[in-house]
Amino acid sequence: MDITGPDFIKALSFLGAGLAMGLGAIGPGVGEGFAAGKACEAIGRKPEEAGLLTRTMLVGQAVSESTGIYSLVVALLLLFVV
Amino acid sequence: MMDSITYISASSFIGAAMAMGLGAIGAALGLGYAAGRADESMSYRPEMSGQLLKNMLIGQAITETAAIFALVIAIILLFAEPASTSVLASWSAIGAGLSIGLSAIGSGVGAGLPAGAACVGMARQPDNKGKIFTTMLIGSAICQTPVIFGMVISFLLLFMDLSDIPLYPGWAAILGAGLATGLATIGSGIGNGLTSMEAVRGIARNPDTSSDTSRVMLIGMSVGQSTAIYGFLVSLLLVFTGLEPSTTLASSLKLIGAGLSSGFGGIGPGIGLGIVSAYAVKWVARRPEATGTLTRTMLVGMAVTESTAIYGLIVALLLVVVF
Repeated sequence: MDITGPDFIKALSFLGAGLAMGLGAIGPGVGEGFAAGKACEAIGRKPEEAGLLTRTMLVGQAVSESTGIYSLVVALLLLFVV
Repeated sequence: MMDSITYISASSFIGAAMAMGLGAIGAALGLGYAAGRADESMSYRPEMSGQLLKNMLIGQAITETAAIFALVIAIILLFAEPASTSVLASWSAIGAGLSIGLSAIGSGVGAGLPAGAACVGMARQPDNKGKIFTTMLIGSAICQTPVIFGMVISFLLLFMDLSDIPLYPGWAAILGAGLATGLATIGSGIGNGLTSMEAVRGIARNPDTSSDTSRVMLIGMSVGQSTAIYGFLVSLLLVFTGLEPSTTLASSLKLIGAGLSSGFGGIGPGIGLGIVSAYAVKWVARRPEATGTLTRTMLVGMAVTESTAIYGLIVALLLVVVF
């Protein structure tokens, strides 16, 4: 196996893209789940506020999503730009 | 220069060590949790200690399954003849060990949670012990699904025909396949455990709602399985996609990157999906008249939680198929 410079850079950017997206998905996954779980709890306590609670849940999850999207952006940059 | 048989038997030993070493983590935690909860429950109701002990042992026996699967793969790696004499068989031994070892972590932890909750539930509500026991059995059994995915990939890697896979980049495809399923199933196993634990608690508290609670539990647990299925799909894709022989480093590492992306990417959403359905199940048991609203919110919340796992899957597919 002979490794040239450009090949080495490309190889590690592929590995980096996998690690960035993989590790980056752990936190938002747990966080969004927690937000939705607590929303279910809140709806259980007050089912008549389901609309407000679902809306707040979706806004909260969208913000929690942001770090996952950063990871996706970095992964796509590593794949297509570097 | 060593021949390929030496490589294969050396890697089989490493594979066996990883299978059993990693595979013992989850089941040990789950068994310990069940035992601790059983002790706690006996302090509430020492006169039921016989029944509680029996329930603890049955719950622990199911929890043990994940570690036993890992033991089976470890013994196969130690004593069975390798299916092929190509150097690739040494990578499939390591991939098989990683796949079963990592996937046993989630199922082991997960299956212990309903077993512990069932002991406490029986001590608090001895009249409902039949329903509690049934829910525990169903919950712990479904928690084993992720480790079964891991075992399927292990068997596939150990016994498949390696002759049409080129050595470069085939070694990375095999290692990536082991990592993808192994890592991705950790989250689903833990998440399923959280959901079934709340179902057992809810049914112990309010047995009249057991049909609604079990139904929402089953929906939640099956959606919670999805991240494990993504990892499983990426593993199958890595193993069965027709690989072009190439000696560049990039063509190998992209396949490992795909495994890591879908594997690690499944852990967080898997746990998150379990948290969503755990709370939904908990409140279906407390307030069954809101079951419709709760199920709807649970499914919307789960769909959004799923998104990061889908990003991981997309990056993995890009790496395997496009590059």
